[in-house]
Amino acid sequence: MADYKALYQEVILDHNRKPRNFGTIEHASHHAVGHNPLCGDHINVTLNLAGECIDCVAFQGESCAICKASASMMTVAVKGKTRVDAETLIQEFLAMATGKLDLGSPNHIGRLAVFAGVCDLPTRVKCAILPWHTLHAAFNSVASTSTEAEDDPMHAPIGNA
Amino acid sequence: MNAVQTAINPPATAAFDVERIRADFPILQLKIDGKPLVYLDNAASSQMPQPVIDRLVRYQTTQHANIHRAVHYLSETATFEYEEARRKLQHFINAREDREVIFTSGTTDAINLVMHGYGRKFIKAGDEIILTTLEHHSNIVPWQMLAEETGAVIRVAPINDAGELLIDEYEKLFNARTQFVGLIHVSNVLGSINPVKHMIAFAHAHGVPVLVDGAQAVPHMQVDVQDLDCDFYAFSGHKLCGPTGIGILYGRAALLEKMQPFKGGGDMILSVTFEKTTYNTIPHKFEAGTPPIAAAIGLGAAVDYLSAIGMDMIAAHELDLLSYATEQMNHMPGVRIIGTARDKASVISFAVDGVHPHDIGTLLNQEGVAVRTGHHCAQPVMQRFKVPATSRASFAFYNSMAEVDALIAGIRSVQKVFA
Repeated sequence: MADYKALYQEVILDHNRKPRNFGTIEHASHHAVGHNPLCGDHINVTLNLAGECIDCVAFQGESCAICKASASMMTVAVKGKTRVDAETLIQEFLAMATGKLDLGSPNHIGRLAVFAGVCDLPTRVKCAILPWHTLHAAFNSVASTSTEAEDDPMHAPIGNA
Repeated sequence: MNAVQTAINPPATAAFDVERIRADFPILQLKIDGKPLVYLDNAASSQMPQPVIDRLVRYQTTQHANIHRAVHYLSETATFEYEEARRKLQHFINAREDREVIFTSGTTDAINLVMHGYGRKFIKAGDEIILTTLEHHSNIVPWQMLAEETGAVIRVAPINDAGELLIDEYEKLFNARTQFVGLIHVSNVLGSINPVKHMIAFAHAHGVPVLVDGAQAVPHMQVDVQDLDCDFYAFSGHKLCGPTGIGILYGRAALLEKMQPFKGGGDMILSVTFEKTTYNTIPHKFEAGTPPIAAAIGLGAAVDYLSAIGMDMIAAHELDLLSYATEQMNHMPGVRIIGTARDKASVISFAVDGVHPHDIGTLLNQEGVAVRTGHHCAQPVMQRFKVPATSRASFAFYNSMAEVDALIAGIRSVQKVFA
Protein backbone atom coordinates (compact mmCIF):
# COMPACT_ATOMS: atom_id res chain seq x y z
CA MET A 1 0.00 0.00 0.00
CA ALA A 2 1.30 3.46 -0.84
CA ASP A 3 2.34 5.75 1.96
CA TYR A 4 -0.03 8.55 1.05
CA LYS A 5 1.03 10.67 3.97
CA ALA A 6 4.53 10.78 2.52
CA LEU A 7 3.17 12.68 -0.46
CA TYR A 8 1.63 15.46 1.60
CA GLN A 9 4.90 16.37 3.28
CA GLU A 10 5.47 19.78 4.82
CA VAL A 11 7.61 20.92 1.89
CA ILE A 12 4.77 20.23 -0.56
CA LEU A 13 2.17 21.83 1.69
CA ASP A 14 4.45 24.85 2.10
CA HIS A 15 4.89 25.32 -1.65
CA ASN A 16 1.12 24.95 -2.04
CA ARG A 17 0.48 27.64 0.57
CA LYS A 18 3.22 29.98 -0.60
CA PRO A 19 3.98 29.14 -4.22
CA ARG A 20 7.32 30.54 -5.44
CA ASN A 21 7.55 32.40 -8.75
CA PHE A 22 3.76 32.60 -8.94
CA GLY A 23 2.56 34.94 -11.67
CA THR A 24 3.38 35.66 -15.29
CA ILE A 25 6.39 37.23 -16.94
CA GLU A 26 5.53 40.02 -19.33
CA HIS A 27 7.08 39.73 -22.77
CA ALA A 28 8.26 36.22 -22.00
CA SER A 29 10.36 34.60 -24.70
CA HIS A 30 8.61 31.26 -24.14
CA HIS A 31 5.24 30.30 -22.73
CA ALA A 32 2.73 27.46 -22.73
CA VAL A 33 -0.53 26.52 -21.02
CA GLY A 34 -1.01 22.98 -19.77
CA HIS A 35 -4.41 21.41 -19.17
CA ASN A 36 -5.54 18.33 -17.34
CA PRO A 37 -9.02 17.84 -18.79
CA LEU A 38 -9.74 15.06 -16.30
CA CYS A 39 -9.95 17.56 -13.46
CA GLY A 40 -10.05 20.94 -15.21
CA ASP A 41 -6.69 22.02 -13.82
CA HIS A 42 -4.55 24.37 -15.86
CA ILE A 43 -1.06 25.78 -15.49
CA ASN A 44 0.46 28.70 -17.38
CA VAL A 45 4.26 28.69 -17.59
CA THR A 46 6.21 31.72 -18.82
CA LEU A 47 9.97 32.06 -19.04
CA ASN A 48 12.73 34.16 -20.49
CA LEU A 49 15.78 32.59 -22.02
CA ALA A 50 18.92 34.69 -21.96
CA GLY A 51 20.96 32.85 -24.52
CA GLU A 52 20.61 29.24 -23.41
CA CYS A 53 20.08 30.13 -19.75
CA ILE A 54 16.70 30.42 -18.00
CA ASP A 55 16.81 33.99 -16.79
CA CYS A 56 13.43 33.92 -15.11
CA VAL A 57 10.48 31.56 -14.97
CA ALA A 58 7.00 31.83 -13.48
CA PHE A 59 3.77 29.89 -13.32
CA GLN A 60 0.15 30.63 -12.68
CA GLY A 61 -3.01 28.58 -12.66
CA GLU A 62 -5.61 26.70 -10.75
CA SER A 63 -4.75 23.26 -9.54
CA CYS A 64 -4.48 20.81 -6.68
CA ALA A 65 -1.74 20.99 -4.07
CA ILE A 66 0.37 18.34 -5.78
CA CYS A 67 0.33 20.19 -9.09
CA LYS A 68 0.89 23.61 -7.57
CA ALA A 69 3.76 22.46 -5.36
CA SER A 70 5.30 20.60 -8.27
CA ALA A 71 5.12 23.77 -10.40
CA SER A 72 6.50 25.94 -7.63
CA MET A 73 9.43 23.61 -6.93
CA MET A 74 10.03 23.23 -10.65
CA THR A 75 10.48 26.97 -11.12
CA VAL A 76 12.91 27.07 -8.21
CA ALA A 77 14.83 24.10 -9.61
CA VAL A 78 15.20 25.29 -13.20
CA LYS A 79 15.78 29.02 -12.64
CA GLY A 80 19.34 29.83 -13.72
CA LYS A 81 19.79 26.44 -15.39
CA THR A 82 20.51 26.01 -19.07
CA ARG A 83 17.72 24.77 -21.26
CA VAL A 84 19.56 21.49 -21.78
CA ASP A 85 19.94 20.93 -18.03
CA ALA A 86 16.28 21.79 -17.52
CA GLU A 87 15.25 19.26 -20.17
CA THR A 88 17.36 16.63 -18.39
CA LEU A 89 15.56 17.44 -15.15
CA ILE A 90 12.18 17.22 -16.91
CA GLN A 91 13.11 13.75 -18.11
CA GLU A 92 14.23 12.69 -14.67
CA PHE A 93 11.13 14.08 -12.98
CA LEU A 94 8.80 12.33 -15.43
CA ALA A 95 10.73 9.09 -14.92
CA MET A 96 10.51 9.44 -11.14
CA ALA A 97 6.78 10.22 -11.18
CA THR A 98 6.11 7.13 -13.24
CA GLY A 99 8.35 4.93 -11.09
CA LYS A 100 11.04 4.50 -13.72
CA LEU A 101 13.86 6.40 -12.05
CA ASP A 102 16.35 4.68 -9.78
CA LEU A 103 16.80 7.31 -7.08
CA GLY A 104 19.93 5.46 -5.97
CA SER A 105 21.78 6.23 -9.21
CA PRO A 106 23.21 9.69 -10.02
CA ASN A 107 20.49 12.23 -10.82
CA HIS A 108 19.57 15.86 -10.40
CA ILE A 109 16.28 15.34 -8.52
CA GLY A 110 17.41 16.71 -5.15
CA ARG A 111 14.48 18.07 -3.10
CA LEU A 112 12.06 17.08 -5.85
CA ALA A 113 12.33 13.53 -4.45
CA VAL A 114 9.35 14.44 -2.21
CA PHE A 115 7.22 13.66 -5.28
CA ALA A 116 8.57 10.11 -5.63
CA GLY A 117 5.53 8.70 -3.78
CA VAL A 118 3.16 9.88 -6.51
CA CYS A 119 4.11 6.90 -8.69
CA ASP A 120 2.03 4.72 -6.34
CA LEU A 121 -1.04 6.87 -7.02
CA PRO A 122 -1.68 6.48 -10.76
CA THR A 123 -4.57 8.95 -10.71
CA ARG A 124 -2.32 11.64 -9.25
CA VAL A 125 0.74 11.19 -11.49
CA LYS A 126 -0.74 13.60 -14.01
CA CYS A 127 -1.16 16.25 -11.32
CA ALA A 128 2.55 16.14 -10.52
CA ILE A 129 3.83 16.09 -14.08
CA LEU A 130 1.53 18.71 -15.65
CA PRO A 131 3.90 21.63 -14.87
CA TRP A 132 6.85 19.71 -16.33
CA HIS A 133 4.90 18.90 -19.49
CA THR A 134 4.05 22.54 -19.76
CA LEU A 135 7.65 23.68 -19.28
CA HIS A 136 8.71 21.25 -21.99
CA ALA A 137 5.98 22.61 -24.27
CA ALA A 138 7.11 26.18 -23.57
CA PHE A 139 10.69 25.33 -24.56
CA ASN A 140 9.38 23.87 -27.77
CA SER A 141 7.04 26.76 -28.46
CA VAL A 142 3.92 24.63 -28.19
CA ALA A 143 1.45 27.23 -26.98
CA SER A 144 -0.84 24.78 -25.25
CA THR A 145 -0.59 21.20 -24.09
CA SER A 146 -2.78 18.69 -22.35
CA THR A 147 -2.22 15.56 -20.33
CA GLU A 148 -4.65 13.87 -22.75
CA ALA A 149 -3.85 15.52 -26.09
CA GLU A 150 -2.59 13.63 -29.10
CA ASP A 151 0.13 16.21 -29.55
CA ASP A 152 1.04 15.94 -25.90
CA PRO A 153 4.82 16.18 -25.73
CA MET A 154 4.67 13.19 -23.38
CA HIS A 155 3.81 11.12 -26.40
CA ALA A 156 6.98 12.30 -28.11
CA PRO A 157 10.39 11.46 -26.69
CA ILE A 158 11.04 14.24 -24.19
CA GLY A 159 14.30 16.06 -24.77
CA ASN A 160 14.67 15.08 -28.38
CA ALA A 161 12.44 17.82 -29.71
CA MET B 1 -24.22 17.03 18.04
CA ASN B 2 -26.23 14.71 20.26
CA ALA B 3 -29.33 16.71 19.52
CA VAL B 4 -28.71 16.23 15.82
CA GLN B 5 -28.29 12.50 16.21
CA THR B 6 -31.52 12.22 18.15
CA ALA B 7 -33.32 14.25 15.54
CA ILE B 8 -32.19 12.13 12.64
CA ASN B 9 -33.13 8.74 13.98
CA PRO B 10 -36.90 8.75 13.55
CA PRO B 11 -38.81 5.58 14.38
CA ALA B 12 -39.79 5.26 10.70
CA THR B 13 -36.54 3.41 10.02
CA ALA B 14 -36.48 1.38 13.20
CA ALA B 15 -37.27 -1.76 11.19
CA PHE B 16 -34.38 -1.06 8.83
CA ASP B 17 -31.40 -3.02 10.15
CA VAL B 18 -28.42 -1.60 8.31
CA GLU B 19 -25.95 -3.98 9.99
CA ARG B 20 -27.91 -7.00 8.75
CA ILE B 21 -27.94 -5.50 5.25
CA ARG B 22 -24.22 -4.72 5.38
CA ALA B 23 -23.53 -8.37 6.14
CA ASP B 24 -24.89 -9.19 2.66
CA PHE B 25 -22.09 -7.16 0.98
CA PRO B 26 -18.77 -8.99 1.26
CA ILE B 27 -16.78 -6.06 -0.16
CA LEU B 28 -17.81 -3.85 2.76
CA GLN B 29 -15.58 -5.99 4.99
CA LEU B 30 -12.47 -4.76 3.16
CA LYS B 31 -9.81 -2.78 4.91
CA ILE B 32 -8.03 0.00 3.00
CA ASP B 33 -4.54 0.50 4.37
CA GLY B 34 -5.72 -0.99 7.66
CA LYS B 35 -8.83 1.19 7.87
CA PRO B 36 -12.36 -0.12 7.31
CA LEU B 37 -13.63 0.73 3.83
CA VAL B 38 -16.19 3.53 3.89
CA TYR B 39 -17.64 3.33 0.40
CA LEU B 40 -19.33 6.61 -0.52
CA ASP B 41 -18.99 6.45 -4.30
CA ASN B 42 -22.28 4.73 -4.92
CA ALA B 43 -23.42 7.21 -7.56
CA ALA B 44 -20.53 6.00 -9.70
CA SER B 45 -21.17 2.33 -9.04
CA SER B 46 -22.82 0.41 -6.23
CA GLN B 47 -21.58 -2.78 -4.60
CA MET B 48 -23.03 -6.23 -5.12
CA PRO B 49 -24.76 -8.28 -2.41
CA GLN B 50 -24.05 -11.99 -1.96
CA PRO B 51 -27.41 -13.15 -3.40
CA VAL B 52 -26.56 -11.44 -6.71
CA ILE B 53 -23.02 -12.83 -6.70
CA ASP B 54 -24.51 -16.28 -5.98
CA ARG B 55 -27.00 -15.89 -8.82
CA LEU B 56 -24.17 -15.15 -11.27
CA VAL B 57 -22.29 -18.21 -10.05
CA ARG B 58 -25.39 -20.42 -10.32
CA TYR B 59 -26.04 -19.19 -13.86
CA GLN B 60 -22.48 -19.80 -15.01
CA THR B 61 -22.30 -23.09 -13.15
CA THR B 62 -25.57 -24.69 -14.23
CA GLN B 63 -27.54 -22.61 -16.74
CA HIS B 64 -25.33 -21.01 -19.37
CA ALA B 65 -25.80 -21.31 -23.12
CA ASN B 66 -26.69 -18.85 -25.85
CA ILE B 67 -30.30 -17.67 -25.87
CA HIS B 68 -33.12 -17.60 -28.45
CA ARG B 69 -31.24 -20.09 -30.64
CA ALA B 70 -30.91 -23.78 -29.93
CA VAL B 71 -33.49 -26.29 -28.75
CA HIS B 72 -31.30 -27.99 -26.18
CA TYR B 73 -31.86 -27.85 -22.42
CA LEU B 74 -29.26 -25.25 -21.51
CA SER B 75 -30.30 -22.86 -24.26
CA GLU B 76 -33.92 -23.13 -23.21
CA THR B 77 -32.98 -22.62 -19.56
CA ALA B 78 -30.81 -19.59 -20.30
CA THR B 79 -33.51 -18.13 -22.55
CA PHE B 80 -36.14 -18.61 -19.85
CA GLU B 81 -33.96 -17.03 -17.15
CA TYR B 82 -33.01 -14.12 -19.41
CA GLU B 83 -36.64 -13.41 -20.26
CA GLU B 84 -37.59 -13.91 -16.61
CA ALA B 85 -35.05 -11.20 -15.73
CA ARG B 86 -36.76 -8.94 -18.26
CA ARG B 87 -40.09 -9.55 -16.52
CA LYS B 88 -38.52 -8.78 -13.12
CA LEU B 89 -37.29 -5.46 -14.49
CA GLN B 90 -40.68 -4.81 -16.06
CA HIS B 91 -42.37 -5.18 -12.67
CA PHE B 92 -39.63 -3.21 -10.91
CA ILE B 93 -40.40 -0.09 -12.96
CA ASN B 94 -44.05 -1.02 -13.58
CA ALA B 95 -43.89 -1.14 -17.38
CA ARG B 96 -47.11 -2.29 -19.06
CA GLU B 97 -45.47 -5.10 -21.02
CA ASP B 98 -42.19 -6.96 -20.90
CA ARG B 99 -41.51 -6.12 -24.56
CA GLU B 100 -41.14 -2.48 -23.50
CA VAL B 101 -38.00 -3.41 -21.55
CA ILE B 102 -34.86 -3.53 -23.68
CA PHE B 103 -31.57 -4.81 -22.33
CA THR B 104 -28.73 -2.43 -23.20
CA SER B 105 -25.18 -2.23 -21.96
CA GLY B 106 -26.09 0.68 -19.69
CA THR B 107 -27.66 4.12 -19.56
CA THR B 108 -25.29 5.56 -22.16
CA ASP B 109 -26.09 2.74 -24.57
CA ALA B 110 -29.81 3.18 -23.91
CA ILE B 111 -29.72 6.90 -24.71
CA ASN B 112 -27.65 6.25 -27.82
CA LEU B 113 -30.24 3.69 -28.87
CA VAL B 114 -32.97 6.33 -28.66
CA MET B 115 -30.81 8.88 -30.48
CA HIS B 116 -30.16 6.46 -33.35
CA GLY B 117 -33.49 4.65 -33.36
CA TYR B 118 -35.80 7.59 -32.81
CA GLY B 119 -33.72 10.75 -33.30
CA ARG B 120 -32.16 9.91 -36.64
CA LYS B 121 -35.52 8.83 -38.02
CA PHE B 122 -37.77 11.60 -36.72
CA ILE B 123 -35.65 14.66 -35.88
CA LYS B 124 -34.86 16.97 -38.80
CA ALA B 125 -32.98 20.20 -39.53
CA GLY B 126 -34.32 23.11 -37.48
CA ASP B 127 -36.09 20.85 -35.00
CA GLU B 128 -35.36 21.62 -31.37
CA ILE B 129 -34.25 19.25 -28.61
CA ILE B 130 -34.65 20.44 -25.02
CA LEU B 131 -32.10 19.32 -22.42
CA THR B 132 -31.22 20.69 -18.98
CA THR B 133 -28.06 22.11 -17.40
CA LEU B 134 -28.08 19.13 -15.02
CA GLU B 135 -27.58 16.49 -17.72
CA HIS B 136 -24.77 13.98 -17.52
CA HIS B 137 -22.56 13.97 -20.63
CA SER B 138 -24.33 10.77 -21.69
CA ASN B 139 -27.53 12.75 -22.24
CA ILE B 140 -25.77 15.66 -23.94
CA VAL B 141 -23.20 14.24 -26.33
CA PRO B 142 -25.51 11.86 -28.29
CA TRP B 143 -27.92 14.75 -28.95
CA GLN B 144 -25.07 17.02 -30.01
CA MET B 145 -23.95 14.33 -32.44
CA LEU B 146 -27.49 14.17 -33.79
CA ALA B 147 -27.73 17.97 -34.01
CA GLU B 148 -24.47 18.07 -35.94
CA GLU B 149 -25.69 15.40 -38.31
CA THR B 150 -29.20 16.70 -38.89
CA GLY B 151 -29.02 20.43 -38.24
CA ALA B 152 -31.31 20.15 -35.23
CA VAL B 153 -30.87 22.69 -32.42
CA ILE B 154 -30.28 22.03 -28.71
CA ARG B 155 -31.98 24.27 -26.14
CA VAL B 156 -31.01 24.06 -22.47
CA ALA B 157 -33.25 24.59 -19.43
CA PRO B 158 -31.29 26.43 -16.70
CA ILE B 159 -31.05 25.88 -12.92
CA ASN B 160 -30.98 28.21 -9.92
CA ASP B 161 -28.19 28.53 -7.34
CA ALA B 162 -29.63 25.65 -5.32
CA GLY B 163 -29.35 23.33 -8.31
CA GLU B 164 -33.07 23.22 -9.00
CA LEU B 165 -34.39 23.37 -12.53
CA LEU B 166 -36.19 26.59 -13.40
CA ILE B 167 -39.46 25.12 -14.57
CA ASP B 168 -40.78 28.43 -15.95
CA GLU B 169 -37.68 28.70 -18.13
CA TYR B 170 -38.07 25.08 -19.22
CA GLU B 171 -41.66 25.73 -20.25
CA LYS B 172 -40.67 28.87 -22.17
CA LEU B 173 -38.35 26.80 -24.37
CA PHE B 174 -41.25 25.01 -26.05
CA ASN B 175 -42.37 26.12 -29.48
CA ALA B 176 -43.63 24.61 -32.72
CA ARG B 177 -40.12 23.32 -33.55
CA THR B 178 -39.67 21.38 -30.29
CA GLN B 179 -39.43 17.70 -31.17
CA PHE B 180 -37.77 15.99 -28.23
CA VAL B 181 -36.95 16.39 -24.53
CA GLY B 182 -34.13 14.71 -22.59
CA LEU B 183 -34.32 15.04 -18.79
CA ILE B 184 -32.16 13.76 -15.98
CA HIS B 185 -34.37 12.45 -13.17
CA VAL B 186 -31.82 12.90 -10.37
CA SER B 187 -28.63 14.93 -10.82
CA ASN B 188 -25.55 12.75 -10.39
CA VAL B 189 -23.57 15.76 -9.15
CA LEU B 190 -26.02 17.67 -6.97
CA GLY B 191 -28.61 15.07 -6.07
CA SER B 192 -31.45 17.37 -7.17
CA ILE B 193 -34.62 15.38 -7.86
CA ASN B 194 -36.31 16.99 -10.81
CA PRO B 195 -40.11 17.24 -11.09
CA VAL B 196 -40.06 15.02 -14.15
CA LYS B 197 -43.72 14.00 -13.94
CA HIS B 198 -44.83 17.60 -14.33
CA MET B 199 -42.19 18.25 -17.00
CA ILE B 200 -43.29 15.21 -18.98
CA ALA B 201 -46.95 16.25 -18.81
CA PHE B 202 -45.99 19.72 -20.06
CA ALA B 203 -44.01 18.25 -22.97
CA HIS B 204 -46.88 15.92 -23.85
CA ALA B 205 -49.27 18.84 -23.90
CA HIS B 206 -47.06 20.08 -26.76
CA GLY B 207 -46.98 16.65 -28.38
CA VAL B 208 -43.29 16.16 -27.57
CA PRO B 209 -41.85 12.79 -26.43
CA VAL B 210 -39.58 12.68 -23.37
CA LEU B 211 -36.60 10.53 -22.48
CA VAL B 212 -35.70 10.39 -18.79
CA ASP B 213 -32.16 9.52 -17.71
CA GLY B 214 -32.94 7.61 -14.55
CA ALA B 215 -29.45 6.29 -13.77
CA GLN B 216 -29.35 8.10 -10.42
CA ALA B 217 -33.06 7.82 -9.62
CA VAL B 218 -33.77 4.10 -9.83
CA PRO B 219 -31.28 3.19 -7.04
CA HIS B 220 -32.91 5.63 -4.62
CA MET B 221 -36.67 5.53 -5.14
CA GLN B 222 -39.59 3.57 -6.49
CA VAL B 223 -39.84 4.50 -10.17
CA ASP B 224 -43.12 3.88 -11.96
CA VAL B 225 -42.83 4.57 -15.68
CA GLN B 226 -46.60 4.45 -16.17
CA ASP B 227 -47.15 6.98 -13.41
CA LEU B 228 -44.41 9.23 -14.82
CA ASP B 229 -45.92 8.68 -18.28
CA CYS B 230 -42.44 9.02 -19.83
CA ASP B 231 -41.79 7.78 -23.36
CA PHE B 232 -38.31 6.47 -22.62
CA TYR B 233 -36.57 5.73 -19.34
CA ALA B 234 -32.90 4.70 -19.20
CA PHE B 235 -30.86 3.30 -16.31
CA SER B 236 -27.84 1.15 -15.46
CA GLY B 237 -27.54 -2.17 -13.64
CA HIS B 238 -24.26 -1.50 -11.88
CA LYS B 239 -25.66 1.44 -9.93
CA LEU B 240 -28.43 -0.86 -8.76
CA CYS B 241 -26.36 -3.57 -7.05
CA GLY B 242 -26.18 -5.45 -10.36
CA PRO B 243 -23.28 -6.22 -12.68
CA THR B 244 -21.61 -3.79 -15.08
CA GLY B 245 -22.34 -4.09 -18.80
CA ILE B 246 -26.11 -4.25 -18.38
CA GLY B 247 -28.74 -1.53 -18.40
CA ILE B 248 -32.32 -0.93 -19.34
CA LEU B 249 -34.15 1.15 -21.85
CA TYR B 250 -37.84 1.31 -21.16
CA GLY B 251 -39.74 2.56 -24.20
CA ARG B 252 -43.41 2.94 -24.95
CA ALA B 253 -44.24 -0.01 -27.25
CA ALA B 254 -45.88 2.16 -29.92
CA LEU B 255 -42.74 4.31 -30.16
CA LEU B 256 -40.33 1.39 -30.11
CA GLU B 257 -42.22 -0.19 -32.98
CA LYS B 258 -41.89 2.96 -35.10
CA MET B 259 -38.17 3.24 -34.47
CA GLN B 260 -35.35 1.95 -36.61
CA PRO B 261 -32.90 -0.57 -35.13
CA PHE B 262 -29.73 0.78 -33.56
CA LYS B 263 -27.41 -2.15 -34.23
CA GLY B 264 -27.75 -4.80 -36.90
CA GLY B 265 -26.91 -8.47 -36.46
CA GLY B 266 -28.17 -11.75 -35.14
CA ASP B 267 -31.28 -12.07 -32.96
CA MET B 268 -32.69 -8.73 -34.18
CA ILE B 269 -34.03 -10.20 -37.44
CA LEU B 270 -36.94 -12.34 -38.56
CA SER B 271 -35.48 -13.16 -41.97
CA VAL B 272 -32.42 -12.17 -43.93
CA THR B 273 -31.71 -12.40 -47.64
CA PHE B 274 -29.14 -10.33 -49.49
CA GLU B 275 -32.06 -8.39 -50.97
CA LYS B 276 -33.96 -7.65 -47.78
CA THR B 277 -33.96 -8.12 -44.01
CA THR B 278 -37.13 -8.19 -41.94
CA TYR B 279 -36.52 -7.00 -38.41
CA ASN B 280 -37.61 -8.91 -35.37
CA THR B 281 -40.37 -7.65 -33.08
CA ILE B 282 -39.59 -5.54 -30.02
CA PRO B 283 -37.69 -5.87 -27.77
CA HIS B 284 -35.49 -8.20 -29.86
CA LYS B 285 -35.23 -5.66 -32.70
CA PHE B 286 -32.97 -3.68 -30.37
CA GLU B 287 -30.91 -6.55 -28.97
CA ALA B 288 -28.58 -7.49 -31.80
CA GLY B 289 -25.98 -10.14 -31.12
CA THR B 290 -25.51 -12.24 -28.01
CA PRO B 291 -26.48 -10.04 -25.06
CA PRO B 292 -24.78 -10.07 -21.64
CA ILE B 293 -27.02 -12.91 -20.49
CA ALA B 294 -25.40 -13.46 -17.10
CA ALA B 295 -25.44 -9.72 -16.36
CA ALA B 296 -29.13 -9.49 -17.24
CA ILE B 297 -29.95 -12.39 -14.94
CA GLY B 298 -27.76 -10.86 -12.25
CA LEU B 299 -29.66 -7.59 -12.59
CA GLY B 300 -32.89 -9.53 -12.20
CA ALA B 301 -31.55 -10.92 -8.92
CA ALA B 302 -30.49 -7.42 -7.86
CA VAL B 303 -33.97 -5.96 -8.27
CA ASP B 304 -35.38 -8.97 -6.37
CA TYR B 305 -32.96 -8.16 -3.56
CA LEU B 306 -33.89 -4.45 -3.54
CA SER B 307 -37.60 -5.21 -3.73
CA ALA B 308 -37.33 -7.59 -0.77
CA ILE B 309 -35.86 -4.76 1.32
CA GLY B 310 -38.37 -2.33 -0.17
CA MET B 311 -37.54 0.80 -2.14
CA ASP B 312 -39.52 2.86 0.39
CA MET B 313 -37.34 1.58 3.23
CA ILE B 314 -34.25 2.26 1.14
CA ALA B 315 -35.41 5.80 0.37
CA ALA B 316 -36.20 6.48 4.04
CA HIS B 317 -32.81 5.26 5.29
CA GLU B 318 -30.95 7.19 2.59
CA LEU B 319 -32.87 10.34 3.50
CA ASP B 320 -31.72 9.87 7.10
CA LEU B 321 -28.12 9.55 5.90
CA LEU B 322 -28.51 12.63 3.70
CA SER B 323 -30.09 14.72 6.47
CA TYR B 324 -27.47 13.69 8.99
CA ALA B 325 -24.53 14.33 6.65
CA THR B 326 -26.00 17.64 5.45
CA GLU B 327 -26.57 18.81 9.02
CA GLN B 328 -23.01 17.89 10.00
CA MET B 329 -21.41 19.51 6.97
CA ASN B 330 -23.47 22.68 7.31
CA HIS B 331 -21.86 23.14 10.72
CA MET B 332 -18.30 22.74 9.45
CA PRO B 333 -16.46 26.02 8.85
CA GLY B 334 -14.85 26.09 5.43
CA VAL B 335 -17.09 23.36 4.02
CA ARG B 336 -19.69 24.25 1.43
CA ILE B 337 -22.32 21.93 -0.01
CA ILE B 338 -22.89 22.49 -3.73
CA GLY B 339 -26.48 21.64 -4.57
CA THR B 340 -29.08 22.46 -1.96
CA ALA B 341 -32.28 21.55 -3.78
CA ARG B 342 -35.31 21.07 -1.54
CA ASP B 343 -35.89 17.68 -3.08
CA LYS B 344 -32.62 15.71 -3.02
CA ALA B 345 -31.37 12.17 -3.30
CA SER B 346 -28.49 11.01 -1.07
CA VAL B 347 -25.74 12.69 -3.06
CA ILE B 348 -23.62 15.50 -1.62
CA SER B 349 -21.16 17.49 -3.70
CA PHE B 350 -18.99 19.66 -1.55
CA ALA B 351 -16.04 22.03 -1.56
CA VAL B 352 -13.52 22.62 1.21
CA ASP B 353 -11.99 26.10 1.30
CA GLY B 354 -8.40 26.12 0.14
CA VAL B 355 -8.29 22.43 -0.73
CA HIS B 356 -8.55 21.05 -4.24
CA PRO B 357 -11.00 18.13 -4.67
CA HIS B 358 -8.22 15.80 -5.80
CA ASP B 359 -6.29 16.43 -2.60
CA ILE B 360 -9.48 15.79 -0.63
CA GLY B 361 -10.00 12.51 -2.49
CA THR B 362 -6.46 11.27 -1.91
CA LEU B 363 -6.44 12.23 1.77
CA LEU B 364 -9.90 10.75 2.43
CA ASN B 365 -8.72 7.54 0.79
CA GLN B 366 -5.98 7.49 3.40
CA GLU B 367 -8.79 7.22 5.98
CA GLY B 368 -10.47 4.44 4.02
CA VAL B 369 -13.17 6.80 2.75
CA ALA B 370 -13.96 6.46 -0.97
CA VAL B 371 -15.50 9.55 -2.57
CA ARG B 372 -15.54 10.71 -6.16
CA THR B 373 -13.63 13.81 -7.16
CA GLY B 374 -13.69 15.54 -10.52
CA HIS B 375 -16.29 16.94 -12.89
CA HIS B 376 -18.54 13.87 -12.63
CA CYS B 377 -19.13 13.78 -16.40
CA ALA B 378 -21.25 16.89 -16.00
CA GLN B 379 -19.05 19.80 -17.00
CA PRO B 380 -22.00 22.17 -17.64
CA VAL B 381 -22.92 21.81 -13.95
CA MET B 382 -19.33 22.67 -12.97
CA GLN B 383 -19.43 25.71 -15.26
CA ARG B 384 -22.75 26.80 -13.74
CA PHE B 385 -21.24 26.76 -10.23
CA LYS B 386 -17.89 28.14 -11.48
CA VAL B 387 -15.85 25.28 -10.01
CA PRO B 388 -13.43 23.06 -11.95
CA ALA B 389 -14.41 20.01 -9.92
CA THR B 390 -16.10 18.92 -6.71
CA SER B 391 -15.80 16.14 -4.19
CA ARG B 392 -18.90 13.97 -4.02
CA ALA B 393 -20.10 11.63 -1.31
CA SER B 394 -22.97 9.48 -2.51
CA PHE B 395 -24.76 7.18 -0.08
CA ALA B 396 -26.44 3.84 -0.61
CA PHE B 397 -28.88 2.05 1.68
CA TYR B 398 -26.02 -0.07 3.05
CA ASN B 399 -24.18 2.96 4.37
CA SER B 400 -24.43 3.64 8.10
CA MET B 401 -24.54 6.74 10.27
CA ALA B 402 -21.09 5.72 11.55
CA GLU B 403 -19.83 6.00 7.99
CA VAL B 404 -21.17 9.54 7.79
CA ASP B 405 -19.17 10.22 10.95
CA ALA B 406 -16.09 8.73 9.26
CA LEU B 407 -16.58 11.08 6.31
CA ILE B 408 -16.92 14.10 8.59
CA ALA B 409 -13.84 13.08 10.61
CA GLY B 410 -11.99 12.56 7.32
CA ILE B 411 -12.86 16.05 6.09
CA ARG B 412 -11.67 17.46 9.42
CA SER B 413 -8.33 15.69 9.02
CA VAL B 414 -8.03 17.06 5.47
CA GLN B 415 -8.59 20.56 6.86
CA LYS B 416 -5.92 19.91 9.48
CA VAL B 417 -3.35 18.91 6.85
CA PHE B 418 -4.06 22.09 4.90
CA ALA B 419 -4.44 24.39 7.93
